Amino acid sequence: MSSTHEQAPEQTHDGSGHSINAHTDALLPDPGQPEHHWRPTDVDEKAEKRAERQVAICFLLSAICSVLFVVAYVGIDAGYDGTTVFGLGASNVALGLCLSGALLFVGVGVIQWARKLMADVEIAEDRHPAASSESDRQATQAALAAGLEESGMGRRPLLRNSLIGSAALLLAPAVVLFRDLGPLPNETADAATGGGLEHTVWKQGVRVVRDVVGTPIRPSDVEIGDLFNAEPEVLFANEERGLPGLHGVDLQVAKSKAPVVLLRMDPADYIPGPGREDWAIDGIVAYSKICTHVGCPISLNERTTHHLLCPCHQSTFDLADSGKVVFGPAGRHLPQLPLAVDDEGYLIAQSDFTEPIGPSYWERNNVEIKDQNVGDLG
Amino acid sequence: MSKDTSAVATSNTTAATPSKPSKVGGAATWADDRLGLAAMGKKNLRKIFPDHWSFMLGEIALWSFVVLLLTGIFLTFWFRPSMSEIVYEGSYDQLRGIQMSEAMASALDISFDVRGGLLMRQMHHWAAMLFVASMMIHLLRVWFTGAYRKPRELNWVIGSLLLLLGTLEGFTGYSLPDDLLSGTGVRAADGFIKSIPIVGSYISFFLFGGEFPGEMIIPRLFTIHVLLIPGLLLGLIAAHMLLLVYHKHTQWPGPGRTETNVVGFPMLPVYAAKAGGFFFIVFGVTAALGALLSINAVWKYGPYDPSKVTAGSQPDWYMGWPDGALRIMPGWESHFWGSTWSWNVFLPIIVLPGLLFTVLLLLPFIDSWITGDKREHHLLQRPRNAPTRTGIMVALMTLYAMFWIAGGNDIIAITFHLSINQITYILRAAVFIAPVIAFFVTRRICISLQRHDNEMMLHGYESGVIMRSPEGAYTEKHLPLPESKVYAWTHRDDSAEQLQSGEVHTGRFAKMRNKLRELYYADDVDKPTIEELEAAHHHDEAEHAEQAELVGKASDGHQFDGHHDVSDEPLRGDH
Repeated sequence: MSSTHEQAPEQTHDGSGHSINAHTDALLPDPGQPEHHWRPTDVDEKAEKRAERQVAICFLLSAICSVLFVVAYVGIDAGYDGTTVFGLGASNVALGLCLSGALLFVGVGVIQWARKLMADVEIAEDRHPAASSESDRQATQAALAAGLEESGMGRRPLLRNSLIGSAALLLAPAVVLFRDLGPLPNETADAATGGGLEHTVWKQGVRVVRDVVGTPIRPSDVEIGDLFNAEPEVLFANEERGLPGLHGVDLQVAKSKAPVVLLRMDPADYIPGPGREDWAIDGIVAYSKICTHVGCPISLNERTTHHLLCPCHQSTFDLADSGKVVFGPAGRHLPQLPLAVDDEGYLIAQSDFTEPIGPSYWERNNVEIKDQNVGDLG
Repeated sequence: MSKDTSAVATSNTTAATPSKPSKVGGAATWADDRLGLAAMGKKNLRKIFPDHWSFMLGEIALWSFVVLLLTGIFLTFWFRPSMSEIVYEGSYDQLRGIQMSEAMASALDISFDVRGGLLMRQMHHWAAMLFVASMMIHLLRVWFTGAYRKPRELNWVIGSLLLLLGTLEGFTGYSLPDDLLSGTGVRAADGFIKSIPIVGSYISFFLFGGEFPGEMIIPRLFTIHVLLIPGLLLGLIAAHMLLLVYHKHTQWPGPGRTETNVVGFPMLPVYAAKAGGFFFIVFGVTAALGALLSINAVWKYGPYDPSKVTAGSQPDWYMGWPDGALRIMPGWESHFWGSTWSWNVFLPIIVLPGLLFTVLLLLPFIDSWITGDKREHHLLQRPRNAPTRTGIMVALMTLYAMFWIAGGNDIIAITFHLSINQITYILRAAVFIAPVIAFFVTRRICISLQRHDNEMMLHGYESGVIMRSPEGAYTEKHLPLPESKVYAWTHRDDSAEQLQSGEVHTGRFAKMRNKLRELYYADDVDKPTIEELEAAHHHDEAEHAEQAELVGKASDGHQFDGHHDVSDEPLRGDH
């Protein structure tokens, strides 16, 4: 790049220890660049004209495709109207193929031009070591030294050091500025509204309702082997119950922590964990739907074994045995929601989850969980 | 500077001569008066680039990046990076009337209500795949041929950074539509972040602006995706190209090609045309992919709902390998003094990719730390002629492949009716064992190929011509390789020269380094000596003399095997 490398093209060693490896010997003497072979288009005027026509036709085809693109743009409705080609929207296929043709024909034409009609004589160019020459190095060092000397960098340590200090402190505003990217985890913690990593919107007396429709569930609605995706009723607006429902971010946050799977199994299969003897209603159990691995909602139920499989990384939990991990990368059991039945005979929660749901995090064990009556089973 | 002015004065005089100045010439003079372009043009317009198909792989990455910029700019005109909930009112029946984020709704609008919008979306996604894939293959080419060696180590580092940034750019990009699949990916990413010791939950809360999912993540990913990472990519790509021009491209050894020259075609016109034309080819192929192959059909997944998930959730393929590591990791979690260590997440998804990327970045330096080779190299090596180097990369590829397979363990289990548990257990062992096997097998294959080369150089290639001797014995006729090929193949150091090429290691680890260097070159098959070659040729000549009568007869036909000059051959016509 710099003109200093123009000098001494033959030089392979500039005395500074930077050398091009020119010592790789071949067995035979270098036969030299092979003789140039003329192409048909170089020697045959007909072939040349033919190649020229081919290239021009490519450009013409490209132009036609461009016109067709405009025609397709104007002529075919976008929108999902069921008109499909190859299972894709007609507009998409037509526009895409026209655009593709318009581009490909230009590319093919230009490359054909280069291959058949442009000069094809190989040329050799000299290489130079990547390093600067020794004289350049010395000149640069001298310039640098002169600059530093004139600045007084070395002679005035007070200026130098105070500059370094103030420049380093400039980092402080830059870092502090980002503080308001988000609240700290403990700032969002609120047991009343279900905020923070260790709370959800579940609390005592909150009905367990069906996902999507929000209707309450009686124990008799659940057959043995049935699995319901359920939510706390507070997500849904319900005038009778005096619930305004949740909206926007609050709804999304609540939904990311509160979902449960509700499952009825033969009470004989169910092994309640210590302190969890009264958490199930006639073999109906509820577990957090949020995987303790990295937080995917778990959905795949194996009816016969009461195993629940996470579709993201295949962690498998045994719902008959306190949700413990039977396979996969998850490190902890699924949190269980203690169930009860209210006066009207609907399933409700006895309390919030007794431990944080979802993936592990550093402070997880420091968190004091309200109503905690079981230890960590992990 | 004074020199430049005089040059300008001269050109002005020329322009005033009777031969009418062309408009182009006038414009060029105007520009050069102000920018001094001629000095740069003189050096670079006819710059020589060597020709080989494998030099095109990086070009695919470059051009697909340009396609990404063009299609991406189009998409930003309609995409609304907002998580505000609105009711979708567009033309896709199945989702009309459903609550979703503005981001998702605008992604649907682009897909269904903006003409050409779906095409641009699909082209953008396909180009992203092509970008990452071609960078990976380009990286393999550079490693396998030894193009990363001095003076190009820093360009390897830049290239590795490009691959990392390209991958992150892909992840931030496919997360933007806020559909069910990408939202699940973002949620998993939140889980990854939370596993980081001490600061995990803090980073998560800062990134999401509070608790997951919040309403900040899509706008923030958008800024990262369209401003931050593309800016870095552009800068690094520029540096990558500048270094390429400065170092001049590597070339394969061959007649007339040495360490001190570069043989090929000039930038103007041949490479400008070929590379420029190739841009249109890459663009056109991307358009065809976008036209015919549906990709990331977000309308089928529906809007993100934190309580839902689809079976078979998988990231884009280039994120598959860390996802695989995550799947096969045992569920280890430790608790010390009230802190939680999520080894099962932190190790495979944060530590492992970081570690492997660092190894990738340092490969050229590890390589020269072992070999001690501090020479500049501009001639490429065939992969077989560096068996250890080739083995190292195949081992890394195998490791990648094992993790990548693990990333699809559910799909494999369903497709082949296998037990997912068994696949997982096997892969847990395979990530340790398979790369080692791959290394040794590859190394032996390389060495065998070196032997095969020597065999061909000494005894010729198998012509396919069966000769029958008067006694009735059949032999296959071997014909000598063209001299140019023997020259190209033998234009390399033999192992003794390579061992001597580096300084003997001294200082710390000297013993280990010397031993490693010995192992690095161990068992390499050296090229034949000139004596061996000549002896073999004498032998061949004797054989040829015997068969001279038959050779060259039209009935032989093997003059057309591509190894012979057939310009005088009457059967071929003029050419």
